[in-house]
Amino acid sequence: MSKKVISRDVAERLSRLNLPFDAYGMDPYGISRAHLGLFFTFLEVFYKHYFRVRCFGIENVPRTGRAMLVSNHSGGIPTDGGMLLASLFFEGEQPRLAHGMVEKFAQTWPFVSHWFSRVGQLPGLPEHAIRLLQDDRILMVFPEGARGTGKLYKDRYQLVRFGSGFMRIALQTKSPIIPTAFIGGEEALPSIYHAKTLAKLVGAPYWPVPPYLVPMPLPLPCEVHYGEPLYFEGTGNEADHVIEGYVEQVKLAISRQIKYGCALHGQRRAGLSYEKLGERP
Amino acid sequence: MKVLITGITGAHARMVAERLLGRGYEVIGIDRRTWANPPEGIRVYKADVRKRPAADVFRSERPDVVIHMATITHFSGSREERLRINLQGTRIVFEHCHEHGVKHAIFVGRHTIYGAAPDAPLYRTEDEPPLAVSTFPELADLVAADLHAATALWRWPKLKTAVLRLVYTLGPLRRGTLANFLGGPRVPRILGFDPLFQMMHDEDAADALIACIESRINGVFNVAGPPPVPLSVLCRGTHRKTLELPEAIFPYISGRFGLPHLPPGAVAHIKYPIVVDATAFQAATGFKHRFDGHSVMTAFREA
Repeated sequence: MSKKVISRDVAERLSRLNLPFDAYGMDPYGISRAHLGLFFTFLEVFYKHYFRVRCFGIENVPRTGRAMLVSNHSGGIPTDGGMLLASLFFEGEQPRLAHGMVEKFAQTWPFVSHWFSRVGQLPGLPEHAIRLLQDDRILMVFPEGARGTGKLYKDRYQLVRFGSGFMRIALQTKSPIIPTAFIGGEEALPSIYHAKTLAKLVGAPYWPVPPYLVPMPLPLPCEVHYGEPLYFEGTGNEADHVIEGYVEQVKLAISRQIKYGCALHGQRRAGLSYEKLGERP
Repeated sequence: MKVLITGITGAHARMVAERLLGRGYEVIGIDRRTWANPPEGIRVYKADVRKRPAADVFRSERPDVVIHMATITHFSGSREERLRINLQGTRIVFEHCHEHGVKHAIFVGRHTIYGAAPDAPLYRTEDEPPLAVSTFPELADLVAADLHAATALWRWPKLKTAVLRLVYTLGPLRRGTLANFLGGPRVPRILGFDPLFQMMHDEDAADALIACIESRINGVFNVAGPPPVPLSVLCRGTHRKTLELPEAIFPYISGRFGLPHLPPGAVAHIKYPIVVDATAFQAATGFKHRFDGHSVMTAFREA
């Protein structure tokens, strides 16, 4: 059944995905080729038609080998994660699967946790991050965590506090960091309020409430920007102030991407050409 | 070289004994149960490892290597019995090893001691804590036995000690925890969950123990075969019928309608994965599994 549903583009890219699938179409992390086919066919609809995502700087993502995508996080529900996954799968010459670090509370949800693990989105643990990078995979990190997706509309495109664990892992595994910006998510689902009781009921850290009440993103255009890789030297055992300095550099690089991305996003929403924006950061 | 196997009449222990014999080892065994017709060359002493006759076997035979396989699970013994056999038995066997000049003692434990939890890492290394002591109280005696066996590493440094944590074994023997779980008319699954299961062929497990003896390894090691597969694939591969149940009604259905009886703690084991990283064992012994996942499931199905 699933073969009939999977789009031709997804099937072709899936056949070129560089993962060690066994005879059952499973890789050692429990990723299933069949589930990936359905997942990317589903994401394709949102990526190409619903959010009409445009991707910039995909050449900054290596075709092979390890890398850590570090991005802003926004949009009430983490649509940005799904769109980043789709852009890496659909845009590059070599399709790649990024591994997200999923909030631990989602692991207890039936069906949700099962699907996350079949498509390579593992619980957010340092052990997973280190192992995946050592296996030359791409890791997708949102150092703002739930603080980021929980941002209200009035705080859109402002980065909140970054955790520093990702930087120690990048240093330990000698992984390049690709500063990434996702633009449009905060307008697609503008949270104006958090329903705390509802969040408690489902075990989530917050429940976004937009002006139209149903937390469903609107079909507004979005963009993904991949910046040039940043390389840091170290072992991961450096003092906090050293790590925090590195984290600030990453944060600054993402801020630049966001600034450029917002300008470009405005041009796009206004129906103008992109050309007049000048050099990318 | 003389190898003593405790619990030698168990199906897996017999396989190990026969393979060791085939490789030229002198094999003796201790068990409470009888082995009616052991192959020529294997001497079996009918004794309880915790009692004096077992001590006499150590004293008179003076084995070079001991493989301790006399442990039981919740499928085959009450809580008190498990504590007596698993923990007290392990303590006494290791004391005999120390007192009677054994050079290499091997404890054959289980990977399930790591426990299943939603926030546990997918691949468990040997330094992970045994969460099962809280998530699955029926495994507490095996957790205690495993940790107690490992104390020999610092208590008696001259005694080489290997504590092995084997993944589920499956195959033609149709014995063991996973085989019991899959053996009933229906296999229970929790609706909305499909955890990874890690298993190895019965013969690979026996070969891993032999590799352990021949490499004289010292330490705690996870032992695994092919990469893990989801429970749904495992059931499909072994042609088992499954019954998916919401977690809330599972305790009321367990043990009925052709489902195996599982204690409450076991529910986590069919919701979340327990997968181990066995690279340290492979590096130390050079062990490589011969049977892939498909062969393991086929062997179980066709036996």
